[in-house]
Amino acid sequence: MEDFYKEYILDHYRNPRNFGHLERADAAAEDLNPLCGDKIRFELEIEDGRVKDVRFSGKGCAISQASASMLSESIKGEKLEDVVRMSREAVLENVGIGISPARMKCALLGLKVLKSAALGEIAGWPD
Amino acid sequence: MIATLGSDARARALAKDFPILAQATSRGKRLAFLDSAASSQKPQAVIDSLVHYYTHDNANIHRGVYELAARATEHFEAARAKVAHFINAAEPAEIIWTRNVTEAINLVSYSWGLGNLKPGDAILTSQLEHHSNLVPWQLLAAKTGAELRFIEVDEHGIHQLDDLDERLRGVKLVALSHVSNTLGTIAPLETIIPKAHAAGAVVLIDGAQSAPHMKIDVRALDADFFGVSGHKMCGPTGIGFLYGKRALLEAMPPFLTGGDMIKRVQFTTTTFNEIPWKFEAGTSNIADAIALGAAVDYLEAVGMDWIHAHEQAMTAYALERMRELEPLGLTLYGPPNPADRSGIVSFNLGDAHPHDVASILDTEGVCIRAGHHCTMPLMEKMGWTATARASFYLYNVEEDVEQLIAALRKAAQIFKLG
Repeated sequence: MEDFYKEYILDHYRNPRNFGHLERADAAAEDLNPLCGDKIRFELEIEDGRVKDVRFSGKGCAISQASASMLSESIKGEKLEDVVRMSREAVLENVGIGISPARMKCALLGLKVLKSAALGEIAGWPD
Repeated sequence: MIATLGSDARARALAKDFPILAQATSRGKRLAFLDSAASSQKPQAVIDSLVHYYTHDNANIHRGVYELAARATEHFEAARAKVAHFINAAEPAEIIWTRNVTEAINLVSYSWGLGNLKPGDAILTSQLEHHSNLVPWQLLAAKTGAELRFIEVDEHGIHQLDDLDERLRGVKLVALSHVSNTLGTIAPLETIIPKAHAAGAVVLIDGAQSAPHMKIDVRALDADFFGVSGHKMCGPTGIGFLYGKRALLEAMPPFLTGGDMIKRVQFTTTTFNEIPWKFEAGTSNIADAIALGAAVDYLEAVGMDWIHAHEQAMTAYALERMRELEPLGLTLYGPPNPADRSGIVSFNLGDAHPHDVASILDTEGVCIRAGHHCTMPLMEKMGWTATARASFYLYNVEEDVEQLIAALRKAAQIFKLG
């Protein structure tokens, strides 16, 4: 647990990638973790069933923000149906530090929101 | 180490009464438990009371004619008398067992509130309140058409009373926490309660964060209702109580209904029991009520005035030591003068999220709370996403503060602060 907060986690926390909003979002979703007040929003631009561009926004702990930031980097060009199938294990592996049960929701909040946005698009939910 | 605190030696001895504190964490760290505001630890006497009850006395109360049932009833009612004495109620009948303050407040909201509020009336609370002393009033206001009003607090969480008379106009109920669970602010009840009564309002005090830590005298305060949670004052979880003045309780309809709260039931009508049993439907939390009585015995033996003095000294010392970390980005919240606050210290460390700070502190054996502390409107008003919170009790010693400071330095180092 000495590697609890690695250099790259702090880097993603302080310099989140793909942070902000899209001018034209085809799909979006947001959610919060009422326990800690963490909030994340994902916006997707979609072309031919693939993620053309992505932005996320929100605030929260280093784990939730870094996880969402890394997630945003990993999905560009991916098919929506693959985004929907992304496993929590893959996300945790990507985060790469030991996550205690109490912090699991922080690490997975980004994935939950991202999947909501992708699923909404696939299902054709009305805006 | 030479203790700076005069009360440290006694606290060190008292800590030995709490078996849980003797353990090391899974990382082999000494446990520094600084989250008693969420729930306190339990002394051996309280644990023994629970075991003794189930080993020797367990039976349902107010029903059986056999010896066990008589003993269970006797201990249960003796515990009620103990907590009545603990807060200086006029009589045990003014004590209603509940699960906690939340249930006590909901009882008043439903039983007193629904029958006494109408459109044009107002409920006055403050911006500091725990959700448990806010959400019930939001619902009550919506149901009755009454207006919900707030005493504002300044940037330190101190009540602003300049316009109190104006705010009290038309108010039928004032509901305030005695001590803020987020900032530790002690409410100026000696000013507010007489004015509230003069304005014709009934006053409910949420004593969750005060009763465990200072001598409570509900008659000197002249509170009409006073709620207490047992688990924050060395008692078990699942037991607390509502104090209410006899005249008010007698005039109120029951909240929950069922067995034990009745005198006579016919197919279509029921005559209710007298107070306090009128409000205690179903089998009560007998073992835990008795163990709360044991907790009261323990606290009274230690001395509530000593506990308050120790915590204030501890808080003053912690604030002083934490100020040393201000160059690392540590920000302290709450009343600047330790005399205006209880043993609760809310803070943030640079741009590190309090959950991350709490996780790092956990690796060093330091237990603190992080988040919104069930006071989301206060967080929003102050512009804070969340805070970290350390809270002290009778068993905390100087070493706990040292461990907190060292762990905060480690967190600052990990987050490259300063």
